[in-house]
Amino acid sequence: MRIVVCIKPVPDTAARIKVHKDGARIDPDGVKFTLGPYDSRCIARAVALKGAGEVVALAAGAAAGEAEAKKRIKDALALGCDKGIFVPDPAPENRDPLAVAKALASAIQGQGGADLIFCGRQATDDQALAVGPMLATLLDLPCVTDAVGIEVTGGSARVQRAAEGRVETLEVTLPAVITGQRDIGDEQYPKLKEILAAGKKPIAEHKVEWAAAKYAVAGLVPPPEKAPGKIVGEGPDAVPALLNLLQTEAKALAL
Amino acid sequence: MASKVLVIAEFRGGKFKKGALECVAAASRLAPALGGGDVTALVIGGADAKAAAASLGKQGATRVLAACADWLAEFNGDAYARVAADVVRAEQPALVLVAATLDGKDVAPRVAARLDVGYAPDVTKLAVEGGKLAIARPLYAGKAYANVTLAGAPAVVSVRPNTFALLEAPGADAPVADVALAFGAGDLKSKVVAVEAAKTDKVDLTEAEVIVSGGRGLKGPEHFVLLEALAAELGATVGASRAVVDAGWRPHHDQVGQTGKTVSPNLYFAVGISGAIQHLAGMATSKCIVAVNKDKDAPIFKVADYGIVGDLFDVVPRMTDEVKKLKK
Repeated sequence: MRIVVCIKPVPDTAARIKVHKDGARIDPDGVKFTLGPYDSRCIARAVALKGAGEVVALAAGAAAGEAEAKKRIKDALALGCDKGIFVPDPAPENRDPLAVAKALASAIQGQGGADLIFCGRQATDDQALAVGPMLATLLDLPCVTDAVGIEVTGGSARVQRAAEGRVETLEVTLPAVITGQRDIGDEQYPKLKEILAAGKKPIAEHKVEWAAAKYAVAGLVPPPEKAPGKIVGEGPDAVPALLNLLQTEAKALAL
Repeated sequence: MASKVLVIAEFRGGKFKKGALECVAAASRLAPALGGGDVTALVIGGADAKAAAASLGKQGATRVLAACADWLAEFNGDAYARVAADVVRAEQPALVLVAATLDGKDVAPRVAARLDVGYAPDVTKLAVEGGKLAIARPLYAGKAYANVTLAGAPAVVSVRPNTFALLEAPGADAPVADVALAFGAGDLKSKVVAVEAAKTDKVDLTEAEVIVSGGRGLKGPEHFVLLEALAAELGATVGASRAVVDAGWRPHHDQVGQTGKTVSPNLYFAVGISGAIQHLAGMATSKCIVAVNKDKDAPIFKVADYGIVGDLFDVVPRMTDEVKKLKK
């Protein structure tokens, strides 16, 4: 099978995010980027499924910039992807998910399609959860979001979707787009040998005419400041006072 | 430009999702500023969804369109998005609203892609200012907020549950009209073959009004019964920090945080959770935060509205007892 995994460099979830003084983006200073935590789990599953085929890591529209995107493609190659494709983006900040989906669709079609396409369920930066379903729509493919399991048989797949309060099993024809939840694959840590081997794997470029943005960020602001909280007291004896405050002051507790 | 608002109203488990009702209520408040016109709700589902459709009038829908058939009874993003996009094309609203539940966030981007219009996901602000939509949404799980503009008509927006209030004076039922479906189950490339309901009647974390979350301070999975007892008294849903999910104490779908669920309840209890950035990112938009932690310097106290410094193994059982007393 030929499998494409769409990846995105995102700030480490432990990073302190500050709005840049230009008000248009985050301040990249001191922010460490990583491969999206769901992306790496999708790669693990893709590598397990590929059989005699190949797994392609595809990155487009990364706000972290081109060098960072290529580093993260290398990470993907170290995790077992066979080759990388990079879509250069002249204006990657706060990219419209629909424009990203169009660029990814173009790159996938440009390399002759795929039997299966994975995206992480969300990027942990803009958290749109939009690119995967949009990509499927543009390619006229079925899409299962929040997948926690997949088995492929011939030209179709059985996919488990972790929905709210239920797990669905769907049968989809291939090709299909799958967005992976945490349980889609295991967290992997590449060995030194694999990291070195990744350096020799090819990364191709696919250039696109970026579509006009349908979604634009007019400005970023820090979250609203919160007044400092109140320590009600110490130990269990503070509980009645706390519940009283929740009922009368915060009006957050209705029993 | 057409001025009506269309809400894709999610119906699941025998009732409309609270987030869907909030969207209808928000639509009815926004409609006058958008030039008036209908607030139309679209219901996609089976016979039970159709039977409940008229009730959306109570939250301000002036008419309801029902795209209901047996083969649409189970959620299927491919099918729902196609139905919704067909209806939006025919209705030409200025604004399409969906609750930003998992299913809503599955359908909305596909509808936007089908129509080639802008989509704003999981917004926490939606207003009309100077005749234009003013939209804001958290990025980096709430570490920053973006003011967003959308191009193309309609604007497609998913709204974070618990952002908008329901109407205080609910209205009457609305008239329901059937939607003629342009395709059938046989035209789909995906089908739902099984659905296994979770063994709980708890409200989903993303829609819960009260959440009791536990972290490493619980010391082991067996101690979550303390939180479950408190949650049962409060009608709350139990959540968890990443540390305890990674340790295998709780399932991933209970995880609150940047790599888990982003929640916005009225009341959030963080019990034995130190307050790592990635956790704070998932619950900072909660309206009231209570922290219980034995470390008075734990970062969680910086975001908490109220805190108790103490051993959770003493504080939580006492809280359960006191809540019980108050309920009497």
